[in-house]
Amino acid sequence: MQFPIYLDYSATTPVDPRVAAKMAECLTLEANFGNPASRSHMFGWKAEEAVETARRQVADLINCDPREIVWTSGATEADNLAIKGAAHFYVKKGKHIVTSKIEHKAVLDSCRQLEREGYEVTYLDPTEAGLITPEAVAAAIRPDTILVSLMHVNNEIGVINDIAAIGKVTREHKVIFHVDAAQSTGKIDIDMEEMQVDLMSLTAHKTYGPKGIGALYVRRKPRVRIEPQMHGGGHERGMRSGTLATHQIVGMGEAYRIAKEEMHAENARVLGLRNRLLEGFKDMEEVFVNGDADHRVAGNLNISFNFVEGESLMMALRDLAVSSGSACTSASLEPSYVLRAIGLNDELAHSSLRMTIGRFTTEEEIDFAIEKIREAVGKLRELSPLWDMHKDGIDLSQVKWAAH
Amino acid sequence: MAYSDKVLDHYENPRNVGKMDDNDVNVGTGMVGAPACGDVMRLQIKVDENGVIEDAKFKTYGCGSAIASSSLLTEWVKGRSLDEATLIKNKDIADELGLPPVKIHCSVLAEDAIKAAIEDVKQKRKG
Repeated sequence: MQFPIYLDYSATTPVDPRVAAKMAECLTLEANFGNPASRSHMFGWKAEEAVETARRQVADLINCDPREIVWTSGATEADNLAIKGAAHFYVKKGKHIVTSKIEHKAVLDSCRQLEREGYEVTYLDPTEAGLITPEAVAAAIRPDTILVSLMHVNNEIGVINDIAAIGKVTREHKVIFHVDAAQSTGKIDIDMEEMQVDLMSLTAHKTYGPKGIGALYVRRKPRVRIEPQMHGGGHERGMRSGTLATHQIVGMGEAYRIAKEEMHAENARVLGLRNRLLEGFKDMEEVFVNGDADHRVAGNLNISFNFVEGESLMMALRDLAVSSGSACTSASLEPSYVLRAIGLNDELAHSSLRMTIGRFTTEEEIDFAIEKIREAVGKLRELSPLWDMHKDGIDLSQVKWAAH
Repeated sequence: MAYSDKVLDHYENPRNVGKMDDNDVNVGTGMVGAPACGDVMRLQIKVDENGVIEDAKFKTYGCGSAIASSSLLTEWVKGRSLDEATLIKNKDIADELGLPPVKIHCSVLAEDAIKAAIEDVKQKRKG
């Protein structure tokens, strides 16, 4: 085993060696280094061909027309382009946007910016399972609503929204539907023929491709319009200017090709590992899984070990690369806004650990993780006054704490 | 986040972990913080007839810096009089452990805990 063990595949994934090999073919003088926009020579044509192959590979994974794929620098840029681009284009139709409280910051901050520009935003509450229901979306839509933006899979708790059902609602109301799919590509099937989604943000680096490349899907039928946020040479049909990064794009294409081919077998294996991990904590007291257990991607386990603070837990787990919903991982004292929004109390939010499993995780690594976590939780509970109180039968919610 | 060697040492080998009988008139308990904020410290001191702290115990729910701050504090207060113990400032703890600015609140909490424990034992002895 190599230490530390990487269990943070939702943060980013390593690049698959097959992807890295393809990317290396697009950099040096002897290789495919040309500018895909160069029309007058072989170098440009070859680069353009590589970019268009990749565009088809990306389109294949989500079953859409390659002409609906616009390259961006990643999902954050795609979110910005989709939300601000659609809001600016359709401003004459209205200025109301619907999103949820547990979106990624790229979506929430884009919405905040639009609020500063005079738009109005409704932030939906998720269910306790972490899901946004089609009914909640339908109830929030008003005559002046122009855009609904929701994530496919939540980055912290891995739960899966029913995008097809929500798409029916938005289409019925003639509202643009944007979906951030950064966490879902290669993890669940995406079919744009079936899903009435108008704009979809994609990224490479959560699906074994490189960082710094992503795409925005922009539907052609019925046609969806957006205002560009990046102006320049008119690349990507004017929606996103900037010289195309051939090596990055080729990497994303290859990563998505592999995902399409291998995702079903891979996800079955990953699910087996997650079940093994969860099984390892089965006999422990006061352990809770956060978010819906069934509507969830295979690789995600978000779990709270009550009465143990997340950062101290991670400190004991230096051989594991995991993340926590605890406040102390950020500069603020607020625990994860996602866990709070699904109704977790502060103790449980502070006590959470997110472990995400992926392509290169082994059974041996999972067994090691179980052993380390059990040991650390045991030790920290011995240190915890809250555990003492719990054992003495004190209800912590009834204690008057001197908050600071 | 990078921790100092001293924080790591206290975290890995916490000193004076435990619980003392709160009904003992010579035991003072300071419980500060809140689960909502991500840290709760319980610091207890036992005082002899001369008003000198003869023993100290703690338990802390919180990050490594909070655990280290309370562990260090139990070492420092032992053998001091109550008046001497009140002189311990959060800055002393933060400096000793090399806490970064975002962790200063852990040392503040430790100072609050010892003050609360001293106050508690004084009240008990009066009563």
